[in-house]
This record gives sequence, C-alpha cells and structure tokens, in this order.
Amino acid sequence: MMGRGLRWPRLATSADRRIEDAQGRHEKADAFRRTMMPHMEAAYNLARYLTRDASAAEDIVQDAYLRAYRSFDGWRGEAAKPWLLTIVRNCFLNKVGGAAERLTGRPVHDYIGELPSELIDVGTPESLLAQKNEATMLRATIEQLPEPFRETLILRELEELSYKEIATIAQVPIGTIMSRLARARQMLADLLLPETSRKARQ
Amino acid sequence: MSLHPDKLLLIHGLVDGELDAANTIAIEAHLKGCVDCRAELQQIRTVRDMLAAAPLHERAPEGLYKRVNFMIDAEAGPAPRRSAASGRPSFEHGRFAWAGSGAVAHVFSGRWASGLVTGLIAASLLLAVVMPQLTHTDMEDQLVQSHVRSLLVGHLVDIPTSNRHVVKPWFNGKVDFAPPVPDLADEGFPLVGGRLDYIDDHEIAAIVYRRRLHVINLFVRPAHTLALPGGEVTRHEGYSLSRWTGGGLEYWAVSDIDPADLKLFRQVYVSRATP
Repeated sequence: MMGRGLRWPRLATSADRRIEDAQGRHEKADAFRRTMMPHMEAAYNLARYLTRDASAAEDIVQDAYLRAYRSFDGWRGEAAKPWLLTIVRNCFLNKVGGAAERLTGRPVHDYIGELPSELIDVGTPESLLAQKNEATMLRATIEQLPEPFRETLILRELEELSYKEIATIAQVPIGTIMSRLARARQMLADLLLPETSRKARQ
Repeated sequence: MSLHPDKLLLIHGLVDGELDAANTIAIEAHLKGCVDCRAELQQIRTVRDMLAAAPLHERAPEGLYKRVNFMIDAEAGPAPRRSAASGRPSFEHGRFAWAGSGAVAHVFSGRWASGLVTGLIAASLLLAVVMPQLTHTDMEDQLVQSHVRSLLVGHLVDIPTSNRHVVKPWFNGKVDFAPPVPDLADEGFPLVGGRLDYIDDHEIAAIVYRRRLHVINLFVRPAHTLALPGGEVTRHEGYSLSRWTGGGLEYWAVSDIDPADLKLFRQVYVSRATP
C-alpha cells in the first residue's frame, strides 16, 4: 500500500493524537451500536416485564445503555444479548433498591406446593379470558407471576436464552434456573389451561 | 406434582434442548413407559405453544431509540472527520482515495484550522492503509450493517405484506432478476415484505421473513460466474449469516437467530423456492 511510509512520522503531532482520539471514540461508538443496538427490543422487553410499567422500563433501558456504553471496553466479545441484559437487570435492581431480595432472596422450594396467595386473588382464567385480546390476557398472566419466576420465564420463552445464559444474568446456578423455569411453567399451566387438559395434580 | 419429581427437570430440559445425549436417551426411554411424565411433557408443550403463538413482546417506543442514539453521540463527542465517515461505508481502495481527497478539499475550503491539515491528511492516509485489510469480510460486514440498518431506522421493508404474490411482482422493474418469494409461514417463517437495498453500489433485493420476533433479511443478487456453491452458517459480530447459490442467483440470509434456525431457514427456502 502507498502511504505506509508517510504515515508513521506524522503520528507524533498533537493534532494527530486529537484526531486519533476522536476516531477511536467514534470507532467505539460504531462498534457499540453494531453489537448492542440490535438488542434494544430484548432490553426493553425485559425491563417492561420486570417493572410492569412502560415509562419505568424506558428509564431503565436508557440507564442500562449508558452504563453498557461506559463499560463497553470491558466487553470481551461474549454473546452481546446476555451481557446487555445483565446490565438491564442490575439497573432494575438499583432502581427498586431494597426490593432486590424479591429477585434473589427467597429459596425456590418456598413456592413448591400451593400457589402463592397473590396468584389466587388476581382473577380466574375465565374472567381473564373475557378480555377480548388473548395476547393481553397472556401478558397480564405473565405479569402476575412472582419473581424470580417471571424473569426466568421471559428470558427463556421470549428471549430464547439458554439455561447457562439465564444463570449468568441472574447470577445463580443452572439448577436454580431449571427449578424456577419448571415452577413458572407449572404456574402458567394452572392459570391458563382448563382443568380437563391440565395434568392431574395430587 | 409429578409422580416422578426427579424426572421433572429433565423433561423441561428435553423440551428446551438442553440435555446431553445420555440424558436425552434416558428420559426418552422413561417417557415411553410413564403415562404421568408424558402428560407432564404434553402440558409443558401446550404452555409453550400458547406463549409462542401470541405476540408477547413489549415493543420499545421509537423515542427510546432516538434518545439512546443521541446519548451515544454525546458520549462519543464531536466527529473527527464527517466527510469520510458519512454515507455507506465501502472498503474499495478507489473510494477511499476519493474520500481522502474530499477531506483535503474540506481543509482548503477553510472550515478547518490550518493546524489540523497534516492531521487530517494523516487520518485519511491511515484509513487508506487500514481499511483494505478488512476486505476479506467486506461482504459480510456490509450485509450485517444493512441488516442492522433495516432494524434501526424503521425502514425494514418498502413493501410490507405477507402476500408473496404482492412481493414478487413488486421487484419487477426494480431489479433485473426475479428472486423467488415462497410462502414459508407454515414452517414458522412468515413473510414480512420486500425492500430494495444497495451492496457494493449495486441494487440488491432484500426479502424479509420473521422467525418468532426475529427478523431475517434474505439478500438476493445475480451470482458471479466464479461464485462458490453455498457453505455453512457463519457467525459475524454476533449475527448468523448463511450464503448459498442457485438458479444463477446468490443468496445471503442474515439474522440474529440461532445458526441452527438459520440453517433450517435455508433448507426450507431452497426446497420451496424451486417450483
């Protein structure tokens, strides 16, 4: 190539350094946009189901992208989506503050057995089905799942992440994710499926 | 609960494709003989089918994209050299020589302080030296960028329709070849529409399909005479790309779906594309 010999002697001037800094920053911005912007929908979706509130979800996603950008130098080329969603989840936990133990604290076996009372009060499947839109009904049903089951279900069924990726995001062992997912699906089956097609329970 | 609670997580693992071969064989053997666990499996599938059938994703508002983009701009600071950076990137040597002279022209037009002259020339030379080294992934770069752009700027399709009989004639007169547009909805790849795009300064047809909520851009252009027959699915910056040729056309499928899903897409498309 031409210019290789011309290029090196010029690199020492301060103007060159300024240009290179600016160029480096823009290369970082470009790389960040390429890798992280395609996961905006996933980020918003997770934030929305975690907060159950549209404007709170927007705040969290914006906050998460800012943090992600500032720590982008620490991104080592691993799968971008779980990396970003981990930050989204942390932003959510920061925002809700003391309520963080809802996502992390309670051991899973607490829920095995009877459904939590908050699930029983929200309305029967019949009354929910009366809502004209099935998707609306399903969303509402998912939103009623207690954490950490809702989070696990969203990451698996809507974002299609692997057990390992979900475990990384939630910072728990894979076995815990498997239990939570099984429990979340059982809760949904109890809420959504008519008695006849539901698996017999003891 | 299941009569075999020890099997419950394995059944879920089977449904999710998370089991290794030994566990898969073991649980499948157990399922053959256990009515209870088969009912459990059926229930899991029913719930999953319900979730997959409904549009459950909460869509991010357009304003959020704008705010995040603005924020990244602010974090990145002022642009170093807009003349070379704007527009579609092309890594051809000739183009960069041109872009470089554009930058020089900018300098002499007096927009830049004279102290920056050498810097700018050095910057454009730097580009001329560094960029051509990327040419081996040039095509993949451009396709991924085109795919990302189609998702970002709200310009996914020019002709939004799930009717293949609308998409195919739409390309007539816009490109000088006729890309097959088979209906793949029953295979889980509904048609979204068509778009005209540019790669290497040539028009290329983009047919857009979906896999659940993931977008697949299928780029089609006439095959070069020396084009190799297709290869495996490759990964590029987190995206899956699959390339193949057939009937004098070259196909590139780009998406963020799993490589296995993209491979399936290719198989389904190829089998349906030939009438």
